[in-house]
Amino acid sequence: MDLSTSYLGFNLPHPFMPGASPLADNMDSVRKLEDAGASAIIMRSLFEEQLIAEGLATAQSMDGPAESFAEALSYLPTPDDFVLGPDEYLEQIRKIKQAVSIPVIASLNGVTRGGWLDYARQMQEAGADALELNVYHVATDPDETGETVVQRTVDMVAAVKKAATVPVAVKLSPFYGSLPNVAKRLDAVKVDGLVLFNRFYQPDINVEDLEVVSDLTLSNSGALLMRLRWLAILAGRLQADLAVTGGVHTSLDAIKAVMCGASSVQMVSALLTNGPRHLARIRQEVAEWLEKHEYESLKQMQGSMSLLKCPDPRAFERANYMHILQSWQSA
Amino acid sequence: MAQAQRIMTLDGNEAAASVAYRTNEVIAIYPITPSSPMGEFSDEWASRQMRNIWGTVPQVTEMQSEGGASGAVHGALQAGALTTTFTASQGLLLMIPNMYKIAGELTAFCMHVTARTLATHALSIFGDHSDVMACRQTGFALLCSGSVQEAHDMACIGQAATLRSRVPFLHFFDGFRTSHEVSKIMMLSDEDLHHMISNDAVKAHRERALTPDRPRLRGTAQNPDVFFQAREACNRFYDVCPGIVQEVMDQFAARVGRAYRLFDYVGAPDAERVIIMMGSGAETAHETVEHLVAQGEKVGLLKVRLYRPFSLSHFVASLPKTTKAIAVLDRTKEPGALGEPLYLDVLGAFSEAKFTGNLPFAQDPRVIAGRYGLSSKEFTPAMVKAVLDELSKKSPKQHFTVGIIDDVTHLSLEVDDSFDIEGKDTVRAVFFGLGADGTVGANKNSIKIIGEETDNHAQGYFVYDSKKSGAMTISHLRFGPRYIRPPYLISKASFVACHQFVFIEKYDVLSYAAPGAVFLLNSPYSADEVWDHLPYEIQEQIIAKKLRFFVIDGYQVAKDTGMGTRVNTIMQTCFFAISGVLEREEAIAKIKGTIQKTYGKKGEEVVKRNFAAVDETLSHLHEVKVPAKPTATMHQLPIVAQDAPEFVKNLVAPMMAFKGDLLPVSAFPVDGTFETATTQYEKRNIALDIPIWDPAVCIQCNKCALVCPHAAIRSKVYDPSLLGEAPESFRSIDYKGREYKGLKFTIQVAPEDCTGCKLCVNVCPAKDKANPKHKAINMEPQLPIREREQANYSFFLALPDPDRASIERINVKMSQFFRPLFEYSGACAGCGETPYVKLLSQLFGDRLLIGNATGCSSIYGANLPTTPYCKDDSGRGPAWNNSLFEDNAEFGFGFRLAVDKHIEQAGELVAKLGSQIGDNLVAELLSADQTSEAGLRAQRERVAALKKKLAGIDSPEARRLDLLADYLVKKSVWMLGGDGWAYDIGYGGLDHVFSMQRDVNVLVLDTEVYSNTGGQASKSTPIGAAAKFAAAGKSVGKKDLGLMAMNYGHVYVASVAFGAKDNHTVQAFLEAESYRGPSLIIAYSHCIAHGYDLSFGLSQQELAVNSGIWPLYRYDPRRVAQGEPPLVLDSAPGKASVGEYMRNETRFRMVEKMNPERFRQLSILAAEASVRRVALYDHMAKLTVPKGNGAKPAGADEQNA
Repeated sequence: MDLSTSYLGFNLPHPFMPGASPLADNMDSVRKLEDAGASAIIMRSLFEEQLIAEGLATAQSMDGPAESFAEALSYLPTPDDFVLGPDEYLEQIRKIKQAVSIPVIASLNGVTRGGWLDYARQMQEAGADALELNVYHVATDPDETGETVVQRTVDMVAAVKKAATVPVAVKLSPFYGSLPNVAKRLDAVKVDGLVLFNRFYQPDINVEDLEVVSDLTLSNSGALLMRLRWLAILAGRLQADLAVTGGVHTSLDAIKAVMCGASSVQMVSALLTNGPRHLARIRQEVAEWLEKHEYESLKQMQGSMSLLKCPDPRAFERANYMHILQSWQSA
Repeated sequence: MAQAQRIMTLDGNEAAASVAYRTNEVIAIYPITPSSPMGEFSDEWASRQMRNIWGTVPQVTEMQSEGGASGAVHGALQAGALTTTFTASQGLLLMIPNMYKIAGELTAFCMHVTARTLATHALSIFGDHSDVMACRQTGFALLCSGSVQEAHDMACIGQAATLRSRVPFLHFFDGFRTSHEVSKIMMLSDEDLHHMISNDAVKAHRERALTPDRPRLRGTAQNPDVFFQAREACNRFYDVCPGIVQEVMDQFAARVGRAYRLFDYVGAPDAERVIIMMGSGAETAHETVEHLVAQGEKVGLLKVRLYRPFSLSHFVASLPKTTKAIAVLDRTKEPGALGEPLYLDVLGAFSEAKFTGNLPFAQDPRVIAGRYGLSSKEFTPAMVKAVLDELSKKSPKQHFTVGIIDDVTHLSLEVDDSFDIEGKDTVRAVFFGLGADGTVGANKNSIKIIGEETDNHAQGYFVYDSKKSGAMTISHLRFGPRYIRPPYLISKASFVACHQFVFIEKYDVLSYAAPGAVFLLNSPYSADEVWDHLPYEIQEQIIAKKLRFFVIDGYQVAKDTGMGTRVNTIMQTCFFAISGVLEREEAIAKIKGTIQKTYGKKGEEVVKRNFAAVDETLSHLHEVKVPAKPTATMHQLPIVAQDAPEFVKNLVAPMMAFKGDLLPVSAFPVDGTFETATTQYEKRNIALDIPIWDPAVCIQCNKCALVCPHAAIRSKVYDPSLLGEAPESFRSIDYKGREYKGLKFTIQVAPEDCTGCKLCVNVCPAKDKANPKHKAINMEPQLPIREREQANYSFFLALPDPDRASIERINVKMSQFFRPLFEYSGACAGCGETPYVKLLSQLFGDRLLIGNATGCSSIYGANLPTTPYCKDDSGRGPAWNNSLFEDNAEFGFGFRLAVDKHIEQAGELVAKLGSQIGDNLVAELLSADQTSEAGLRAQRERVAALKKKLAGIDSPEARRLDLLADYLVKKSVWMLGGDGWAYDIGYGGLDHVFSMQRDVNVLVLDTEVYSNTGGQASKSTPIGAAAKFAAAGKSVGKKDLGLMAMNYGHVYVASVAFGAKDNHTVQAFLEAESYRGPSLIIAYSHCIAHGYDLSFGLSQQELAVNSGIWPLYRYDPRRVAQGEPPLVLDSAPGKASVGEYMRNETRFRMVEKMNPERFRQLSILAAEASVRRVALYDHMAKLTVPKGNGAKPAGADEQNA
């Protein structure tokens, strides 16, 4: 069965790949992913905010006590090769590139315009085949309009696109007043792919200690539904490829995502839970499903259930909500 | 001459180490102030793979003590390696046994010593020659440098000369004054060093190596028949050594142009009055003599460079024949000697020259002797002049001191401080800063800019105060077109900068300003407003000295540009802008260059913020229009409160005001004994924010008081009737527990003593239910509430402490009702050690003897001006002493021996006087149960009754018992120290003390690194941590000191971490103290050397315990008798990951950033090691050992074993 797909300009044997996550942090796991047939490797995000915070904190903790006391003008060694910044990440890109033959997609979460541009450049120089810009913004400022947020993202992507020679995908959150408009504007600045969606860190509350507890919980298939809807809405309307991430756990999940228009199906929780071999299983099962259902190829079903092509587009629109609500009320 | 020499600005340590490193193959060291940086530079260069002149990277090894380092050096030399070491002071003394061996074996070896004061009545980290003078007899050549350039040059000359002469060399220069002075010097190239180091001599050194290929033997034992002759066999080597040194010096001069002689004479060829001295002080004399000669005076100076072997011929030939009077100045003191060593040598030399007919003088010169400069005491041109003036007198003082006021033995010379010879073409700048604001670092960069980017010469010297938190720094910078010689502080500056506005409230910063100087003040007030905020004394000096006055709101610029409280680059920019040393734009470009270099490795953001701060500065810098007359009604604040005791006002306060130099000899105790409880007068006001208590939210757990490193937040319970006099703002609430039903409860901050570390806020578990961000303790800005809280704290202190005997069950909460007898120390804000020391003082302080190993705990424990150990209302409190670094276990053990003997004798006397004292009282006294506070109080009452009885008994026994009776109340003997002491240098002694069965308690404040000397690795440093001498991350696991002690079976051992389980800590302290045998508590102490914000210290402790890195346990031999396993494991690992713990600290993160793969391996090893360790403990905790292994009662030990 021909499962091939095209994502960010790469012709891939199939759309299944690990999403941005710690899965690519160590080389053993990277090799296992390639062995399991992953069509690309997406690295976890480099967080500019964290780099800045670490730099400032380290400067404070090392320089603060230094040159203050006659017996100890410093408290830690200052080796030449102790340089804070993105080096570990860039080194990991190089290592992965050396170890595997599939495309390596580096992921970046910036907070400053300079950071986005600079780190994108450095990732490209380190050998990344493509970049995934992880737009991870939680709006907390009541004075900032949605338009400002969107325009900032669009400008940033435009700037990175201008500077980068490798393909650039943008990983979005679902929280926009009009996601199609955002997508259209990103498409206009020639973004190569849109990844739906970011999974926010969802803080929990410890009611005994009255503390906010941050923990990343794994997704389940339920998380896929929202993504299917937006894939379906966007599919066929953009130059950019669409990718799904979040909620793909089974082969049926994967099939649904492709039917709604995904060119790339990214999995994290499923692989963390079941191991890299799970990717091979999904691929096998999808192939079997397609054969059983007499599809010619994966491309044949790609986008078949999008808003433009599905038999009942209204189901993806407001009616969907209404309908379910009504059926619940009448139950 | 060789090619143009490279210019660098560096300090004396780097200058000497640069040569030592490049001309040796093996370097074995041990950190000791002020020599530590030489070893650290070497280690850093080795880790960068820098090669020596033969193309190999020297092997740098840190040993467990200087004794160990000298042993390793001796071995490496014997095995044929070119070897060196660096040390000072007590460390040098520990090397003496090996120095005899190395010299006796005629071994080519040059060591480098930052001459430092030996501890006598007190420890001092500063410079004099007392350590070096203790090595005169070893057979080492003693070669002295007086400046940074000389430290570089003589390091080369010493190395070259030892290889040629086979006499080992001790090259020394003055600790701090030279070792830490930053100066612009000409560097010796590798080619220069090759030129000086004879290949033949290196070959000969190699050929003398012990090797089984040419087997020979050294270290024989010799008998009376031959030892003497064999000892004399080395004579010829010493005879020719001075000549060889002069040859080397001549060869050096021919190569690089800097000429030295064994004895360098400076001054009038026909001088009549001559000073003889060595070291940096000779540079001051050099400058002064030249000044006086220019004025026509017939004076001179003889600088001694090669002190041993002392060449009589070179010496007498160096002095002008016209010399009539000589003052020999020694920077050391030998009480009881006829005079100090150099003086006696000069006298001896003249006598011998006279006997042998070689005395060249027309008339025998009068020779007088002076001491100067002990412990880096300033030595100025005015003092040199005073010495020369003394020589003019008909009857000069035969023995004198200079630089102090001796109003007891009247040895000191009068000095005219107005005598000033500094050239007009030198810019002299003095900067007052806080350690934490980065002033020193910025000034070091300024010196580099001026020294290396302009033709100017530059010099910097930095004075630090004795605190580790809120420390003041004073930078002394000189720039000018000529070589800068003065090795003394600036007293008349053309530029004075005060980087902290609060300083002008207390300190006489403008006393440094010369007339017409510039005064730059970091001020929160604008140029228009600032005048009205200056105290009278400052206004008066600005006007009287006609100062140009500039202000900048550096705090605001720092805040606006994200620099926090770091005003360093802002103030540096102001300095360049005002001083005009460089064109403004050029200066800013250079400053940015050094910022990039200094901070680049910490990431772009740090650099960006510094750049922004520089760019924002000039628009905020304004000159102030100075009124014609002072207008202030406000005066500078008194240093201590009016009600302070006299000795505090007279002795402590001047030290606090940086005027200790003015105190005369009579002000001091003769034997180093000092009063305790003086930090309470210091009121340092270093916290910007302080914790304020909200009674409504508080659950009264007292955790805040427990964790406070400075005893600056306390709790009390008291009778409600006492609130009658309370200030209106005083907070109080009903006590919640049953113990003190009906009483009131208060948590109160000491607003002026708090350092603002936030540990109390972070530990506070009580949150406002409607607004959980509000806790029972919350930080508030100090300034607006300072006065209110002062009043509250005074009232709080005056409330009576709860009766100790009323506290039966001691846990965290109850322990905090005991008054801390260790308060407001100079430890770092957020220190992880001092909460343990404070707890110790609370639990046992009124009967506590502490022997304290040298290190952080001895420095914050007793670094003058003030002492944090204090007394309770009955006048009892900890008695404390610091012997040495290496012998603390033995020292504390000695306390125990004496106390036990006192108890034994008191018991004997009580029994003997039984009938007169009364049988009941005797029986009670001798069998008292002193295991509780109530029992202790009852025994105190019995002792009081005994003393009353004794007053009526007229017998020698009664008088003897008078002196010993108090020992019938149990004393608690503790040895305190860090891991450097317990794991490394003092381990041998500690182990021996464990092997005894005396009732001693050891508290190891384990920071896992040598904290006090700046973060060198110890055997406690954990796997994966970067430390100095383990920059790549330590690959060997932490030594398990606890397990080693448990091995004896009769030692109580506990591993504690108060941030993880505070009640466990309290319990361990109580158990250790109650155990009548040796006890060891290993206390996890977070530290700035771990590299993170210490306000998170407690959560890091929790992670350390929860990850298994730091298991909590108690091993109590008493449990054996109860048929239980002696070990109880008190923590369960696995609740956090080792990686999570490690990634929070720069010491581990550094390794990960440098080499992620190595870090991964090391963190796996660390995790495995901790699992293995816990598994072993777990196994032991299930192991019941046969009974009958418990400790014997104290006094029944086997002394002769």
